[in-house]
Amino acid sequence: MSTDINHLYRQDFAIIAGWLGFGSKALDLGCGDGALLSYLQDGLEVKGYGVEKDDTNWLAAMQNDIDVIQMDLEAGLSEFEDNSFDTVILSQTLQAMHNTEAILQEMLRVGHEVIVTFPNFGYWRNRLQIITGNMPVSKDLPYEWYNTPNVHLCTIHDFDALCHQLNITVIERKVVTNGNDVSFMPNWFGNLAMYRLKRSN
Amino acid sequence: MSEINSVGIVAQQTAHFNQPLTLKSGDVLPAFDLIYETYGTLNADKTNAVLICHALSGTHHVAGKYSPEDKNPGWWDNLIGPGKPLDTNKFFVIGVNNLGGCHGSTGPASINPVTNKPFGASFPVVTVEDWVNSQALLADYLGINTFAAVVGGSLGGMQTLQWSIAYPERIKHALVIASAPNLTAQNMAFNEVARQAIITDPEFHGGDYYAHNVVPRRGLRIARMLGHITYLSDDAMGAKFGRKLKDTIKYSFDVEFEMESYLRYQADKFAGEFDANTYIRMTRALDYFDPATEFDGDLSAALRKVTAKFLVISFTSDWRFSPERSREIVKALLDNELPVKYAEVTAAHGHDAFLMPDEHYHAILRSYLSKVEV
Repeated sequence: MSTDINHLYRQDFAIIAGWLGFGSKALDLGCGDGALLSYLQDGLEVKGYGVEKDDTNWLAAMQNDIDVIQMDLEAGLSEFEDNSFDTVILSQTLQAMHNTEAILQEMLRVGHEVIVTFPNFGYWRNRLQIITGNMPVSKDLPYEWYNTPNVHLCTIHDFDALCHQLNITVIERKVVTNGNDVSFMPNWFGNLAMYRLKRSN
Repeated sequence: MSEINSVGIVAQQTAHFNQPLTLKSGDVLPAFDLIYETYGTLNADKTNAVLICHALSGTHHVAGKYSPEDKNPGWWDNLIGPGKPLDTNKFFVIGVNNLGGCHGSTGPASINPVTNKPFGASFPVVTVEDWVNSQALLADYLGINTFAAVVGGSLGGMQTLQWSIAYPERIKHALVIASAPNLTAQNMAFNEVARQAIITDPEFHGGDYYAHNVVPRRGLRIARMLGHITYLSDDAMGAKFGRKLKDTIKYSFDVEFEMESYLRYQADKFAGEFDANTYIRMTRALDYFDPATEFDGDLSAALRKVTAKFLVISFTSDWRFSPERSREIVKALLDNELPVKYAEVTAAHGHDAFLMPDEHYHAILRSYLSKVEV
């Protein structure tokens, strides 16, 4: 099985691209080096902004021609007006946020739609490691328990429940493993959960 | 290293303007000089020019030295030169002394041709808008239609912002560093204390001290000390001086602490070379700048015609022009869907950080400027 990280990322990116309209306006929170926004700008002529806290990532994003704003997501998105973006993206960062509910609400305020992706803690390999007595360490969760930035890991079931509780509409959900769709028992067999959300009403 | 990458020996030049300049106040300067320096070579298409806007006490002498023995290179020499972040192999860089200054451009100490005496108190109050308009005339004089970039820190950042508002078609990139869209009441209060120190100095003579052959040194010294305190962070002062004594406690009011020695040294140096009338005008220009005023305080509306791409940088320990103030500029740019990159640089030096060669800060500038097309 291929474990090429670039390959995996492209699958992830392709699904996100499929949820964005041509020429739409997107905000990528925790944009890292701007790889996703570069992909979206090149392929869809998306007008994108990134938010990144880390100096090294910020510089890399700037070098990738991303309009990147250095700020801490934990402090909210006060620089961004209500409904000022078609889509606000939080790609594989939710699990590292302290104030999970607040950032979700902020994203839903700023974007007409929201895309959230996260590593599914319910993936069978993670469960197996727990059963054998260890915190999961894998390609998608590459940290040890004592040095992980991930403070709010969740399963697909958990996130579904949170959406329900916060009255968030799930427009679409994709669960993938190594780039392949998982439709059978996704909370067991999917390692990456991808949600397309909007405010209810 | 810095010697190798220096722009070398430089010389100032003077541009004389015979056309009257109507100032924001309504006053008119019938003619004026702007003194400037340039580094690098203007390309054939005249598309590689970068204007440096100076801050409160800055000058046109931004880089290089006046002689091989000169110990004091230009005030932003660490940024500008061949191979430096603002690379003079690529860009044609211009430093200009602002109107009302005291380093050669027409200012309060200049001779008023009508009276053949120094302008003194009669020199008008100039604003950021006036400076930018005069800088545009200098660009015309040099045959430069469009700047590849305008760069400024602090009050210089305000001029850069004003450039993007007043001449959107003449500026491709705006680098606004350690700046703000206007001053807060606290910030203006510092300026008022500085001005009061100068104006109430008995040797100020209402601004006409030149005729009395005196300088309001006491006022200037106090103004500069106050400024210096606010340009540094508590941590930076702590690290540099702490509570260190020069000798022992003497139960006197002489210089006992290192910090006092530093402040007095800076004050003396400044009072010996800077003009009090310029100082009070520069602080007034800071106070008055507020492009949102004409738009009911809506900065986003004020930036509606802006087309420049922006790099906005703030420094974490800068409490005089705090990151929050830079983020107001960023928000207004975002509201207008303008291209903007914003960095909040972790730095200990307070407001003065924008003049320091911090590695990450310079990496940002180098990287950004390397992508500016000329």
